[in-house]
Amino acid sequence: MQIKMKESDPILEVENLSASTDNLPILKGVSLTVYPGEIHAIMGRNGCGKSTLSKIIAGHPSYNITNGDIKYLGENINSLEPEERSQSGIFLGFQYPIEIPGVSNLEFLRVSTNARRKFLNKEELDTFDFEELVKEKLEIVKMDHAFLSRSVNQGFSGGEKKRNEILQMALLEPKIAILDETDSGLDIDALRIVASGIKKISNAQTGIILITHYQRLLDEIKPNYVHVMSDGKIIKTGESDLALELEEKGYEWTDNFIKET
Amino acid sequence: MVNENLVKDVVKEPYKYGFVTDIETEKIEKGLNEDIIKLISQKKEEPKFLLDFRLKAFKKWQKMKEPDWAALGYKKIDYQDIIYYSAPKQKEKISSLDEVDPKLLETFDKLGIPLTEQKKLTNVAVDAVFDSVSIATTFREELAEHGVIFCSISEAVKNHADLIEKYLGTVVPASDNYFAALNSAVFSDGSFVYIPKGVTCPMDLSSYFRINSGDSGQFERTLIIAEESSSVSYLEGCTAPMFDTNTLHAAVVELIALDDASIKYSTVQNWYAGDEEGIGGIFNFVTKRGKCLGKRSKISWSQVETGSAITWKYPSCLLLGEESVGEFYSVALTNNLQQADTGTKMIHIGPKTKSTIVSKGISAGSSKNSYRGLVKMGTKATGSRNYSQCDSMLIGDQASANTFPYIKSQQPNSEIEHEASTCRISEDQLFYLQSRGIEFEEAVSMMVSGFCRDVFNQLPMEFAAEADKLLALKLEGSVG
Repeated sequence: MQIKMKESDPILEVENLSASTDNLPILKGVSLTVYPGEIHAIMGRNGCGKSTLSKIIAGHPSYNITNGDIKYLGENINSLEPEERSQSGIFLGFQYPIEIPGVSNLEFLRVSTNARRKFLNKEELDTFDFEELVKEKLEIVKMDHAFLSRSVNQGFSGGEKKRNEILQMALLEPKIAILDETDSGLDIDALRIVASGIKKISNAQTGIILITHYQRLLDEIKPNYVHVMSDGKIIKTGESDLALELEEKGYEWTDNFIKET
Repeated sequence: MVNENLVKDVVKEPYKYGFVTDIETEKIEKGLNEDIIKLISQKKEEPKFLLDFRLKAFKKWQKMKEPDWAALGYKKIDYQDIIYYSAPKQKEKISSLDEVDPKLLETFDKLGIPLTEQKKLTNVAVDAVFDSVSIATTFREELAEHGVIFCSISEAVKNHADLIEKYLGTVVPASDNYFAALNSAVFSDGSFVYIPKGVTCPMDLSSYFRINSGDSGQFERTLIIAEESSSVSYLEGCTAPMFDTNTLHAAVVELIALDDASIKYSTVQNWYAGDEEGIGGIFNFVTKRGKCLGKRSKISWSQVETGSAITWKYPSCLLLGEESVGEFYSVALTNNLQQADTGTKMIHIGPKTKSTIVSKGISAGSSKNSYRGLVKMGTKATGSRNYSQCDSMLIGDQASANTFPYIKSQQPNSEIEHEASTCRISEDQLFYLQSRGIEFEEAVSMMVSGFCRDVFNQLPMEFAAEADKLLALKLEGSVG
C-alpha cells in the first residue's frame, strides 16, 4: 500500500489486472502504481506472472486482458498497439532479446528512435545525425561501435544483448522502463555497467520497474518499493529491505502471506 | 490469435497495374495449327528460314507432353483456346514515336515507363512490348553510335537476319522443353540486343512487357549477343491487367557471351497474380538460358519474382568457356494461392568454371514456393567450383517452402557447396520490433528486405529500390 501523498500524477497505474493466454489465467488481479522518480522491484518465483505482467504492459498480442485496466499518464492503454505504447514512452527491456537476422542493428535503432522522436514532435534524424547521437549513447553501456553494423542481437553474447537493450532505452528516453530480468546472465562487471547505465538514463521524471530474482541488482539500484508476486497476484509490498528479507528467508517464507490472504 | 489475422491482412494490397487499355486490336482466331503459324509468320513478313524454324518447332511440340514434374497444381491449359497473335491496330510503318497511338503511350506512362522524348527515362533505353508486338524502343540512335543494336526481335529478323539465323535457338533449342517448343513455334515479339566487340554498353537496356488482352497468350523471345570483351546490363519488367481467367505467358530468353564478355540480366516480374481465392493470374512458363561460350565470359541472372499465379522458371548458365562464370541471384515471393517452382541450372562444361547461386524464397498466405536447382560438373570441368545458398522464409502457418537441389558431378577435381536454411517470421520477432515503436507492416518489410539483402545488392540501383518497395507492397496486409 502506498500511503504517502504524491505531488505529481502517476506515470503508470495497473488496476486490478487479470489476463490470460489460450484461456489459461496468468494474472489474477494485479494492482501497481508508479510515480515519477520511483523505482519498483518485482520479485517472485518463476512462473508467478512477472514477465507476463511486463509483456502485457508493453502490449504483447498473445495475452488477453480479461479484467482491469492499464493507465499510462492517466489514459487507458488496454487497446493500444505495442508500437504506439513504445512511441509514447513505455519501454520493455526483454529478458531474452530477440535475434533478427539481416536487419542491421544501426538501422533498427535509427528507425526505432525516429518513431519515438516523431511522436514527441522532434525532428527525425538522418543517418549522419543519428551516428552522432548513438556514439554518445554507446558510452553509457560501454559498447563498441562494431555492434552497430551487425544484425540485431544476432550472435551477441548474453551480456551484449542486455547492453543492447539498455542502449535502446538510452536512445528512446522512455517515461517508464520495465526491465525484465536484465540482470540475469550477466557477470559482475557487466551487471555494474548495466546498472550504472540504468541510473544514468533515469531521472526524477521517469519510473522504473525492475523484475528480478536477485538482490545483487538491487544492491546497485536501490528500489523505493519491492513487490512480491505469486500465482498472478502481488502478495506483499514493502520497502527495499523486503528484498533483503526475501533473500535471507527464500520464497517459501512468502507462502505464508498467501495463506494469510 | 490476433496476430495471425494481422499477418493475413498484410498481403492484401490491391494490384496497382490491373487496368486494361481500351484499344482496338488486331487478333487472329483462337487455336493453334500450321496455318496459324504460317499466318503469324506472314504478318511479320518473315524470311523462310524462320517459318521453317517455327514449323519444325511446332511438329516437335505436338509430339511432346506438358511437363508435370514441378511442384505445381493447376487446371490443364487448353492450347486451342488461346489467341496466338494480338496487336494494337496502328499504322503500318511508324517512323517516330509521334505516330504511336497516344493510348499506348499513356499506358506505359501509367506503368511508370514514359516513352516520349520529353519524358523518357534518362539513363535507360527501353523496348516496350504490348501483347504480341513491340511498340517503341528509346535511345536507338544514341546506342547505334556505339554500334549497339537494340530493337524488337521482329525488326532484327528484317534488318539483321544473319545474326538471327546464326544464333536463334542455339542456346534454347526448340526441342528443349514443351514451353520452349511452343514459344519457338508462335513467338511474336521481344527484344534483340547486339553488343559489338570491345563495347561497354553506355546505358542499361530494358524491356517492359505488358499483357493487355485477356484471352491471348504472350510469347516473347529475347536474344542478347555480347561479342568479345563487351558488356551489357539488361533489365526486364512485366505487368498485366486483372482478369478472372488465366493468361499463358511462355517466353524464351537466350544469352550468348563470347570471350571476356559479360551480360547481367535482371528481372522484376510482377504479372498479375490472381485474387485471394486464386482466381485469374498469369501462368508464367519461361525458359531462360545463357551460354558462356567464350573464355572468361560471365553471365549473371538476378530476378525478383513477385507476380504470376504460377511461375515455372529456371534461368540457367551453360559454362563452356574456360574460366567462365555463371551467377543466379533470386528472390521469389509468393502469397495467397500463388505457386512458384523456380531455380537455376549451372552446367559446368569447361575447366575452371565458377558458379554462384543465391536463392531466397518467401512464402506467405497459402502459397507454395519451391527452389529447384541443378549443378552439374561435366567430365572436362576440372578445377570448377559451385557455391549454392538456398534460404526460405515462411510467413504465417499456411505457406509452404521446398528446396530440391540436384547435384551431378562427373569430375572429381571440382567443388560443390550447398547451404540451405528455412526460417519463419516469428510473433516474438514482430513483437520485439513493434515494442520498439516500429509499425507492424514496417517490421515485416524490414525483416523481409533483411532476408533478401544479398540478392538486392546484386540488382542495378534503381531496380533494387523498386524491388524493396514492391516486396513491401506485396506483403502489406499479409502478415499477422
